[in-house]
Amino acid sequence: MDSGVRAPTRRQLLSAIAKVGGTAALYQAMTTLGHAAETQFHGPPNLSGARPGASVIVLGAGLAGLLAAYELRKAGYKVQVLEFQNRAGGRNWSLRGGDTYTELGGATQKVAFSPGNYLNPGPWRIPHHHRTLLHYCKAFGVALEPFIQFNHSGWIHSSQAFGGKPVRFNAAAADFEGNIAELLAKSVNAKALDDTVTAEDRDKLLEAMKGWGLLDNNYKYSPSLKASSHRGYERPPGGGVDGAPIASKDLYSLHDVLDPQVWTSMGFFMNHEMQTTMFQPVGGMDMIGKGFARQVEGLITYNAKVGKIAQDDKGVTVSWTDAVTGKATDSKADWCVCTIPLGVLGQMDLQVTDEMMAAIKAVPYSGQVKIGLEMKRRFWEEDDYIYGGHSFTDQEIALISYPNNNMFKDGPAVLLGAFARELGAYRLAGMTPEQRIEVALAQGSVIHPESYRKEFASGASVAWSRVPWSLGCCARWNEDTRKQHYQTLVGMDRRIVLAGEHASYVGCWMEGALLSSIDAITRLHKRALEA
Amino acid sequence: MRKLILAAAALAAFPAMAQTPASGGGDTGGGIVRAAKPVTGEQVYVQVCQACHMADAKGGAGAGTIPALASNPRLAGAAYPIMIVTGGKGAMPGFVGTLSNAQMAEAITYVRTHFGNAYAKPVTEADVAKIAKPPAAGGH
Repeated sequence: MDSGVRAPTRRQLLSAIAKVGGTAALYQAMTTLGHAAETQFHGPPNLSGARPGASVIVLGAGLAGLLAAYELRKAGYKVQVLEFQNRAGGRNWSLRGGDTYTELGGATQKVAFSPGNYLNPGPWRIPHHHRTLLHYCKAFGVALEPFIQFNHSGWIHSSQAFGGKPVRFNAAAADFEGNIAELLAKSVNAKALDDTVTAEDRDKLLEAMKGWGLLDNNYKYSPSLKASSHRGYERPPGGGVDGAPIASKDLYSLHDVLDPQVWTSMGFFMNHEMQTTMFQPVGGMDMIGKGFARQVEGLITYNAKVGKIAQDDKGVTVSWTDAVTGKATDSKADWCVCTIPLGVLGQMDLQVTDEMMAAIKAVPYSGQVKIGLEMKRRFWEEDDYIYGGHSFTDQEIALISYPNNNMFKDGPAVLLGAFARELGAYRLAGMTPEQRIEVALAQGSVIHPESYRKEFASGASVAWSRVPWSLGCCARWNEDTRKQHYQTLVGMDRRIVLAGEHASYVGCWMEGALLSSIDAITRLHKRALEA
Repeated sequence: MRKLILAAAALAAFPAMAQTPASGGGDTGGGIVRAAKPVTGEQVYVQVCQACHMADAKGGAGAGTIPALASNPRLAGAAYPIMIVTGGKGAMPGFVGTLSNAQMAEAITYVRTHFGNAYAKPVTEADVAKIAKPPAAGGH
């Protein structure tokens, strides 16, 4: 059989394609062979050969700005970064004990968390297919650990089902699937699908419903050890005399499991961006911003409030004020990468086309609210056997998310006591920080009635609609604004190019900021060499 | 009386609980959220507008500014605030599709008659309907 000619392995073939055609060809080939297709990252931009003395001014030291500074300096540009805050990282941010945060309106919180504990007000989890971010984390030595995204033991709470009591995700999901499987099997057996499904497929469908939905021999979803194997037992399997398991008897009714809280919670984990595996940096999300900032040490000017960006044939002039000293400065460069969030940028004096100005002003921002609560002990682990992951509720806090690190440790831990969105977020944002904590405690107590208030030590909240340096959390495009303004927004406006999550289709994610930045600086570099 | 009937109609059209599933795209929570629906202008202001414009309607300033609604002469005519509230401006989203025309009318009327503003003529649901554009599809 061995003809002496070996077909190349897929790996050999791909590496040959990469050598000949470069990474773009490799990507194309991988897609054709059924791989990848889950990222537009084709590797770092590898820019080089900037004209001697060419300079770039980068506005904003968030991830998009830091990456632009890092790659452009490597390419040979003279780079200066202006940052409004007194730290780098932008929305990549962690709050720890001893930190002070003042929101718009003046409310100031002094964070009182114990050493090592933190709240990530912005990004907090990284999908495994966000290859750009993962690439640079590795390159810059930022250690990552698993983020426990999907925990079958988390609670689901609906004010309108299950008597308003929280139920375990695994039980609700198993009973949803069991009930649906029973109904579908019933339809098949009642010949309701004879016109649309072949006899062979009807048999296969019945088999599938029985296996997937854990139905009994009569195609009923009934209390059984089989059903318990998904939803949990009344007495789980053990050893010795009482080792035999006892099936759980009180299955949830069809009416209860049809509450949208059940299937939307199940569907949530099927979203491409929410699928496991997910990661977080060891020690807090800002380890990423700090890791990026280390690469461009000395290039960043902090406390710089930009007021005006002008440009002509020769270059760009950025007028800014030092927020500490009040000193006004004009900084000049050949080119500008501007990563300032659009809501802030749109209020500045900008020398850009009318179309660009309209695009900048056309994109509103979301206003999520996050609340961190430090608890004196890990009652979710010790009492409920929940290790990381989330509980979902239809109250304004939307969820409780449990820490993914230091499991089984004694001592205080910080959980995420709210990740509010839309109307729920507006309501929480409108409150004082103290009122927000009170609401988070009241609503969280519905999930953990015994311990929530008893174990509470301190809390901190960030309402993104009141964040002074971003005026919101994430850019929110819709089909109309994408069509009317997106290409203008990402296009080069003479010597200025915008970058950030707002200039991407991966909005609200760090990955979007990085992909946008790579695209922007690649085009800027090309233009600079042509000029 | 007319106002009562309008309010009742609004309640019928919009259930007392707004049910918001996680919107497509972006990092967001799972499941649904049922937030109590604000009805009066004051309720809408406190539960929605105040998130940015503050309890005293004086706004705030950082890298950018959230404008004050208090003592604001630009509220003298109703069309301007209706246009902003329905369609948004800069970082501020438009509220068509999130709030009913009645809720927006109540909130605008409330702001125009409080916080040092005295523009007594109420803004009606019909006034809002005349200016509001339908929401665009495909959030995010």
